Amino acid sequence: MAEEDGVRRRDFINIAAVSAAGVAGVGVVVPLVSQMSASADVLAASSTEVDISAIQPGQAIKAVFRKQPVFVRNLTPEEIKEANKVDVSSLRDPETLAERTKEGKENWLITMGVCTHLGCVPLGAGEGENKGEFGGYFCPCHGSSYDTAARIRKGPAPKNLEVPEYEFTSDTVVKIG
Amino acid sequence: MSFPWANEYKPSHPFMKWMDEKLPLPRLVYNSVGGGYPVPRNLNYFWNFGFLALICLTIQIVTGIVMAMHYAANTAVAFDTIEHTVRDVNWGWLFRYAHANGASAFFVVIYIHIFRGFYYGSYKAPREMVWLLGVVIFLLMMATAFMGYVLPWGQMSFWGAKVITGLFGAIPLVGEPLQQWLLGGFAPDNAALNRFFSLHYLLPFVIVGVVVLHIWALHIPGSSNPTGVEVKTESDTVPFYPYYIAKDGWAVGAFAFLFAAAVFFFPNSLGHPDNYIPANPMSTPAHIVPEWYFWPFYAILRAFTQDFFFIPAKLMGVLAMFGAILVWFFLPWLDKSPVRSGSYRPTYKKFFWFGLIPAMAVLFYCGGAPAAEPYVMFSQIAALYYFAHFLIILPIVSAIEKPLPLPYSITEAVLGKDDGAELAPTA
Repeated sequence: MAEEDGVRRRDFINIAAVSAAGVAGVGVVVPLVSQMSASADVLAASSTEVDISAIQPGQAIKAVFRKQPVFVRNLTPEEIKEANKVDVSSLRDPETLAERTKEGKENWLITMGVCTHLGCVPLGAGEGENKGEFGGYFCPCHGSSYDTAARIRKGPAPKNLEVPEYEFTSDTVVKIG
Repeated sequence: MSFPWANEYKPSHPFMKWMDEKLPLPRLVYNSVGGGYPVPRNLNYFWNFGFLALICLTIQIVTGIVMAMHYAANTAVAFDTIEHTVRDVNWGWLFRYAHANGASAFFVVIYIHIFRGFYYGSYKAPREMVWLLGVVIFLLMMATAFMGYVLPWGQMSFWGAKVITGLFGAIPLVGEPLQQWLLGGFAPDNAALNRFFSLHYLLPFVIVGVVVLHIWALHIPGSSNPTGVEVKTESDTVPFYPYYIAKDGWAVGAFAFLFAAAVFFFPNSLGHPDNYIPANPMSTPAHIVPEWYFWPFYAILRAFTQDFFFIPAKLMGVLAMFGAILVWFFLPWLDKSPVRSGSYRPTYKKFFWFGLIPAMAVLFYCGGAPAAEPYVMFSQIAALYYFAHFLIILPIVSAIEKPLPLPYSITEAVLGKDDGAELAPTA
């Protein structure tokens, strides 16, 4: 090592050793952090098929998707009309019913049954449950009310009930995820 | 680090002399909690709660180790293993209820300990580090208690876990991935239960470590006292052993009496009946409440119902809830009054008794009440006062208040006169 530029052999070894230890330290942290993420089996169980043939207009069911409830709701013509009547720009999370459903299947409202506030399961899918003042879903935890398109209308939740990815594999079967 | 008149450790037995040369652990104990630690002679009963907190931590660790011998952190059996412990394991009911009520007792003790600090200005120089470490201990306690409550995998366990991890989902951009990383899935499940158990077992020992630092930092300036006047001479102090060991022993007896009454006669009165229903991810209980010790902070979380400029209501609530504790970290610098004790601060004293305490009481009550009016409005007013108390009132009051005359010394405060005072030029 050249003496004249002021870098001694020891300085080089020192920096190299500390750098190598730093890189190794980061290398150890990566698996330590990553092991806490969702494991392969959790990710693999991420699609669900639902038979919707028995759901009459005005009815809804709760299915399980990724260990969380998903609401499959057959809207009545009145509920569709009510959802389309709303001025979209006045909403906290502006979306039309058409944007939240599949074309030609606008009566099928499929959303996560997870309140976007803090993750409680809203009421309104089961027979006789409180649907809240907008006729959709009502979260009992902190009082968020959703309308017939499951859009947030009142209460602390920031967003509409999430619409998961799904497709109609036939007229009576929906594949979610 | 101690006063010059502190008794010196003098081993007489040959073995203790040998030990003192090889590993002076008995010397450390003597100087920390023995005859070698001089303590102000005028401590009142509020100064017993530090020692009681240590007793609570010990109870939790001992009963917790026993619980872990009979518990299995698997969603299929977790609920049953707790019931099995209570019903079938010899004395299992005792350990389970002592552990569950022990958590509540720990928080009762720690809240009194913290509010003692608020009133008597224990957080002020030269004890800022003692205070900061104490806030760290409190945060660790909250994390430990939260994860412990998840372990029985009842309805409140599950939905508590979901709501609290949902708080992290409120953070912009990284919130949702962070939440999934914390849970190891999309919702609380086996992965989450297992890691909560692992951390619930780890954190108490981390707390032990921070408690050692807390006491170490305390023993550098020595304990504060109800007058807030620092120790001047030997006549202001008495040795920790036997005087305060005896007094703390009395407090432990009184505490044990109340604790035993709760464990034996009202073991479930602080719990929630819904937690005797196994966790059901498909159905939320009608009224989710955290354990009582989180109520004031839960009320602050729910007090935010409107978006605040560009910050969504949910994020505001989360920030405010964490901010309510984080503001304690700044307390030593927000309160600028050189007088420590609230007893000599007439204005501060009024805001403490008629401001902070009622605000905390309202938040406490509303945190356990349903999320409906008028509780939300009450929480909003109380939360507003809470933050104003620390961020506005305290700095202003400490600047303009005229404190009462302080005693010359602790000795004078206790005996009415101090011979040293006559020699001193001014008090």
